[in-house]
Amino acid sequence: MSILLDSNSRVVTQGLGATGRFHLNGCREYGTSMVAGVRPGKGGQTAEDTPVFDTVAEAVDKEGANISVIYVPPPGAADAIMEAADAGIPLVVCITEGIPVTDMIRVQRFLEGRDTRLIGPNCPGIITPGQAKVGIMPGYIHEPGRVGVISRSGTLTYEAVHQLTQLGVGQSTCIGIGGDPIIGTGFIDALDLFNRDPDTDAVMMIGEIGGNAEELAAAWVQENMTKPVAAFIAGKTAPPGKRMGHAGAIISGGQGTAADKEAALEAAGMPVAPSPAELGVTLVMAMQRAA
Amino acid sequence: MNVHEYQGKELLARYGVAVPTGKVAGSAQEAREAATALGSEVLVVKAQIHAGGRGAGAVVDNAEEAGRLFADHLEKEGLPAHDLSGGVRLVRSADEAADAAEAMLGKLLVTRQTGAGGRRVSRVLVEEGCDIARELYMSLLLDRATGRPVMMASTEGGMEIEKVAEETPGRIMRQEIDPAVGLIDGQARKVAFWLGIPAEGVAEAVVFMKSLYAAWLELDATMVEINPLVQTGAGTLLALDAKVSFDDNALFRQPDIAGLRDDAEEDPKETWAGKYDLSYIALDGNIGCMVNGAGLAMATMDIIQAAGGRPANFCDVGGGATAERVAEAFKIILSDENVEAVFINIFGGIMKCDVLAQGVVDAARDVEITVPLVVRLEGTNVDQGKAIIGESGLNIIGAEDMADGAAKAVQAAEQRA
Repeated sequence: MSILLDSNSRVVTQGLGATGRFHLNGCREYGTSMVAGVRPGKGGQTAEDTPVFDTVAEAVDKEGANISVIYVPPPGAADAIMEAADAGIPLVVCITEGIPVTDMIRVQRFLEGRDTRLIGPNCPGIITPGQAKVGIMPGYIHEPGRVGVISRSGTLTYEAVHQLTQLGVGQSTCIGIGGDPIIGTGFIDALDLFNRDPDTDAVMMIGEIGGNAEELAAAWVQENMTKPVAAFIAGKTAPPGKRMGHAGAIISGGQGTAADKEAALEAAGMPVAPSPAELGVTLVMAMQRAA
Repeated sequence: MNVHEYQGKELLARYGVAVPTGKVAGSAQEAREAATALGSEVLVVKAQIHAGGRGAGAVVDNAEEAGRLFADHLEKEGLPAHDLSGGVRLVRSADEAADAAEAMLGKLLVTRQTGAGGRRVSRVLVEEGCDIARELYMSLLLDRATGRPVMMASTEGGMEIEKVAEETPGRIMRQEIDPAVGLIDGQARKVAFWLGIPAEGVAEAVVFMKSLYAAWLELDATMVEINPLVQTGAGTLLALDAKVSFDDNALFRQPDIAGLRDDAEEDPKETWAGKYDLSYIALDGNIGCMVNGAGLAMATMDIIQAAGGRPANFCDVGGGATAERVAEAFKIILSDENVEAVFINIFGGIMKCDVLAQGVVDAARDVEITVPLVVRLEGTNVDQGKAIIGESGLNIIGAEDMADGAAKAVQAAEQRA
C-alpha cells in the first residue's frame, strides 16, 4: 500500500504539448495507467496511443479517470485545475511552473468544500515506487519500501531518494508538494496521510526558506505524529528579499529563514540533516532513534 | 519585480488611491520646472531608487564612501547617525528644488536597505508638501498560510512594520479578505475606525482601501505598502509613500508593468540571465555554482558554505535546459570576477546529464576558463555525460557526490588564491 496513488490509479493528462506527451509516455513506461488526454476541440483523436477528449468530464465518464496531471502552460493552468475539480477528479497533480499568485488564490477558493485534493503546482508530482508515477521524476532512482518523502523541491527530492535508495531504504510514496507560495497539499496534509498509512514507517520532509509551513508542520508533528520524521531545510545561505528560483522561496521581513525553521523542527524533536549530503543517513538515524 | 515610488503612485492613482501631486525629474532644470508647475509653498524632493530608508540614508560621491557610511552608520541598529543629507529633502522654492535635485542626481544614495554599494540616483520625484496630522501604515499582501489576501494596518506609520510587529504587535490589525467577494465595506469601515479615522472621514477611507485592493488584485501585485499613510489635517487619507512589487509570473498579462522594469536597479548578470530564462542571483562569495532545480541550487550553496567556502551565486538552469542555455549560464557565472572555482552539481531527471555536459563543453570553447571546474553528475544519462566531459580534453575535477564536490571546489579555490 501507499498513499494517494497505486496500481489502480487511472490518469488523464491535461496539456498535451511536447512536455505533456513526453511524460505521458514516461509515466506509462513506469507502469501507470495513462487512460486519457484532454485537448479542447480535438476530442475523438488520439495522442501517444491515448484517447483524447474535449473535456475532463468526458475523460472521467468514458475512461474512469480518477487522477489528473496538468502540464497546461501558466495562462491556462489555473483554469485546468478548476476544470478537473469541477469534473469531480479526486486527485489533481499540477506540474506547471509560473502560475500567477492571484490565479492560485481563486483556485484555492474554488477548491474549498470540494472533494478534490490538489498537489502542486510547480512540483515534480507523486510516485509510489514499483506501482505508478504521475509526474516528471526519474522513476529508476526509486525503490519500493516503507519511507514516505515530502518535499517543496524537485531535484533535491531526487537527491534525497537517491541517498535513501543507496542506503537500501525504499520509499512508500514520494510527494513533491511544490515551490509556490500557494500550494494545494501542504506538509501537514501529507504528514497526516503518511501517519495513517500502515505501509509507511517513517517520513523524510524537505523544506526550504519562505513562509512558515515548516514551523506549522513541526508543531503538528509534535502533537500528532506517531512515526519518526527527519527533516532538511534548504537555503541557509540565501540572502533576504530575493526569490531563490521558486516563487515561494523568499525571506521577507525577517520571516521564513532556514534558522527559524530548523529551530522549530529540532524543538519538535525531529533530527534535521546538517547538510544536503546527509539526507539519507539522517532519516536512518531518526528511525534508529525511534526503534 | 519592483518599481520606483513615482511609478507605483501613478499606478495606484489610476485605481483611485489618493496620492500627493508630483512630477518626476531627471535633471535640476526639470526639477525646477516641476516645482514651478506644482506651485506649492512646501515641496519634497525624493530620490527614486528601489530601496527603503531613503530619508535616513546618505547621498555620497563614490562607492568607497558609500561602503564606509554603510559600515559605520547604517548597517546595524545602534550605530551612530551620520551628518550627511539623505535622499528626501524638504524645499520651499523652485530654486531650492533644483538645488536638491542637483545634489542627488548622479550620486549614490546609501541606505540601510541598499547594501554597502548604495544605488545611483537618476531620477527624483518632486511632490507638493502636505499637512500631516498623523502617520499611519497600510499594506496588502498574500497570507501564504490561508492562500488569501490580507490587509495590514497600523497606527505606527513611518516605522519598519517588522519592528512594530516585534515591539508592539497590538498596534497592527490584520483583515483577511475573501477573494470571492473582495474587501467589503464593513471590513474597510472596521479598519478605518480601528485606525481612529474621524467619523466624517470614514467613507473616504473606505474608498481608499477598496481602491488599494482593486489595484493589488488587478495589477497582479505581490505587495502594496503605504508607509507612511498620512491622515491630513482635513481628515483624509493620502499615500505619502508607496512600495509596490509585482508577481513576475503574471507579467505575461501585464505588459505595461513589465515595461517599467529598471535594469539599472538590477545586477547586470541577473538581467543577462533573465533573457535566457535562467534563474541567477549574484552573491558575494568566491565559488560559482551551476545547478538544476531551485532546491538543489540552494542546498548546493549551503554545502559550499559548510565546506568552508562562500557561494558566488545562486544559479538554477532549470529542468528543461538546452545546451545553449547551459552554455549561457556558464558564461554568466564566469563573468563574475570574484569567482575562483566553479562547482557544477547536476541531478539529471528531465534534464539529461549529457545535455548539461555538452553545454559546458560548448561554453568552454567560447570563453577561456581560468578557474578550476568541479563537476558532479548524477541521474539520467550520467555515463554519457561523463563520457562527453572526459573526451573534451577540459581540465575538470570529478566529484563523487555533493559533499565531495563542494570540498574539492573550496580546496581548488584556496590553492589558486
